[in-house]
Amino acid sequence: MAQAAKPSAEPGRRWGLVVDLDRCTGCQACVVACQAENNVPVAGEKQAGYGRWMHWIIIHRYWEGEYPNIKARFMPVMCQQCDEAPCEPVCPVFATYHNPEGLNAQIYNRCIGTRFCGNACPYKVRTYNWFRPEFPAPLTEQLNPDVTVRSRGIMEKCTFCIQRIRRAELDARAQGREVADGEIQPACVQTCPPEALIFGDLNDPESRVSQLARSRRSFRLLEELGTDPGVIYLKGGETNA
Amino acid sequence: MPESAQPRPGSESERSELDGSLLLVERTDSEINQAVLQPMLRGGRNFWILVAGLGAVVAWGLYAWGYLVTWGIGTTGKNRPVYWTLFITTFVFWVGISHAGTMISAVLRLLKVDWRRPITRGAEAMTSFALMMAALYPLIHLGRVWKFYWMIPYPNGRFMWPNFQSPLMWDLVAISTYLIGSTLYLYLALIPDMAMARDHTGGWRFQLYRALALGWRGTEAEWHKLHRALGIFSVAIIPIFLSVHSIVSWDFAVTIQPRWHSTIFAPYFVVGAIYSGLAALACILVIVRRGMRLGEFLRAEHFNALGKLVMVAGMLWTYFWFAGFLVEWYGNEPVTRELIQEEIAGRLAPLFYLQMAANLIPIGLLAFRRVRSTPRLLLLAGLSVNVGMYTERLLIVVGSLQRNDIPFNWGTYRPTWVEISIVAMTFAGFALLYILFSRIVPYVPVWEIKEGRLRYSLRRIGRLLVPTAAEIE
Repeated sequence: MAQAAKPSAEPGRRWGLVVDLDRCTGCQACVVACQAENNVPVAGEKQAGYGRWMHWIIIHRYWEGEYPNIKARFMPVMCQQCDEAPCEPVCPVFATYHNPEGLNAQIYNRCIGTRFCGNACPYKVRTYNWFRPEFPAPLTEQLNPDVTVRSRGIMEKCTFCIQRIRRAELDARAQGREVADGEIQPACVQTCPPEALIFGDLNDPESRVSQLARSRRSFRLLEELGTDPGVIYLKGGETNA
Repeated sequence: MPESAQPRPGSESERSELDGSLLLVERTDSEINQAVLQPMLRGGRNFWILVAGLGAVVAWGLYAWGYLVTWGIGTTGKNRPVYWTLFITTFVFWVGISHAGTMISAVLRLLKVDWRRPITRGAEAMTSFALMMAALYPLIHLGRVWKFYWMIPYPNGRFMWPNFQSPLMWDLVAISTYLIGSTLYLYLALIPDMAMARDHTGGWRFQLYRALALGWRGTEAEWHKLHRALGIFSVAIIPIFLSVHSIVSWDFAVTIQPRWHSTIFAPYFVVGAIYSGLAALACILVIVRRGMRLGEFLRAEHFNALGKLVMVAGMLWTYFWFAGFLVEWYGNEPVTRELIQEEIAGRLAPLFYLQMAANLIPIGLLAFRRVRSTPRLLLLAGLSVNVGMYTERLLIVVGSLQRNDIPFNWGTYRPTWVEISIVAMTFAGFALLYILFSRIVPYVPVWEIKEGRLRYSLRRIGRLLVPTAAEIE
């Protein structure tokens, strides 16, 4: 069992995401949902082939064994929302900073494009707008009005769909109640067909993510680097065979 | 080169053993003035052809930069994970080159090493111009260059203070301090020569020199103040010069990127900077000596001494490189192991062996006096060192970034014409600034040479002519 994600230094919430690798089929539905929700530009085949894809969730695919006894292993990797994020101290203009809910926030309007955060991030989940973002028709018709369209020269990455978190929090406050566990669903969580993704508050010991984080199957990616990620992976069974 | 112009015939060894004889140019003061001023005034057709050629490269580079600004950083070869490439490599290279000026003029001035005298100005100018070229890269590399001022700390409408935890902010502070400091230092030591040039020229040059000489008349009080100021600057600029390349190294070392995250990076970078800087200085001196016919002032003794310094710096670089490499190799961490494997026997191997050969062979060559004191051979050795050191930076920046902790994120990098054009622009821009400078400003510090001559004299003791040195503050 992985070391339990430590509660955020701030009182309140620490948002976390559980990725059950035993359930993930590598279908990429989360990637597409995320792209649609967050106005992620389309890089095109040529650029993507050169390592310039823009999507915020990257399905790592590894082959195990030799043909014909071969297995594909899938691992969705998005921003790990580290509590000790290596990307944060290196930004000269505070474009990336730690918000009180344990999120690693990216302020697009402050980014000047040094790309230092991209080098510092060990997960390489930050994507950079190499060109003016393009949305081939009819994608322009479905841009999400809740999310900024980033200009070129700006770093971006998974936000845990912060616009959905804010909406749920505002709704809850208007109704005079706390946000319930499972009420907030980032686009990827909402979409995932095998329900491999679960979102919630790691500071609430009763939440589903907290319970899963305590599971025997849990681990965190590159945990030995001391980044204290907020994304928890589950792995143990052989359902992915 | 007119070896016969050397004032003191005799065997090479005899001459350099008489350390003082370095400066005993048997010429009157006004002859020295003319010998320095005349090459500046001779334009010549070849000179203007060279200026036009370099200008064309700069213009092409500016077009490439414009193209980059218009279309975005995507026009370079950068990708995920190789976010920094040739721009940062060349940035480190130019900052490294800039270190020789301070090494020569501040450190050697404090140590009262006399062979520095004729080469200080060339070294200081190299520092300033190399820093100017280096300072372009952080701007170019942003893509949206107009956002640069967001890093400058001043009370602003965005209510944002820059993040001084970021090594890029340290860079900004260190490099601007070093640029201002080294340019002032260059200018301070230039004032008496500006006055000299003012007194021997007419026309626009006279107007320019009169303004730059700040009314220098050469009184005792003025000399006293100048020496005091130079003394203070020499001491103050040394910590700055050490800090600059340390900070450049921390741009890399503060991340947890394998092969970057190293405590030895700061001294390793500083030593490498001195190595490449001194080697570049040797090359430039050889070229300028030929182009401006300054063989009388820049003599074999000076090249010999400079060559020794390059050799020592090279040995130090080798030591630091080895100390870093050995520990990383023994550490045998998976990604570091992969990177070392790539260097020794993988795709990076050609660059790695080029780096080692181009850096190590000159050290062996420079052990020979003949190489050190023959300008053409010294030029070859110096060029080799700079090829080697550029490759070293390329391996550190681009080589390391291609590998990281998660194999799925590994990548490759291909440079584009935009990047190469911009890199060529700064090389041509540096050469252009430097040769224009050498036609406007006395390249050899005349007053330093004269001062050095005062220090040394030949006294007849019985039948012997004995060189004697006086203490000058």
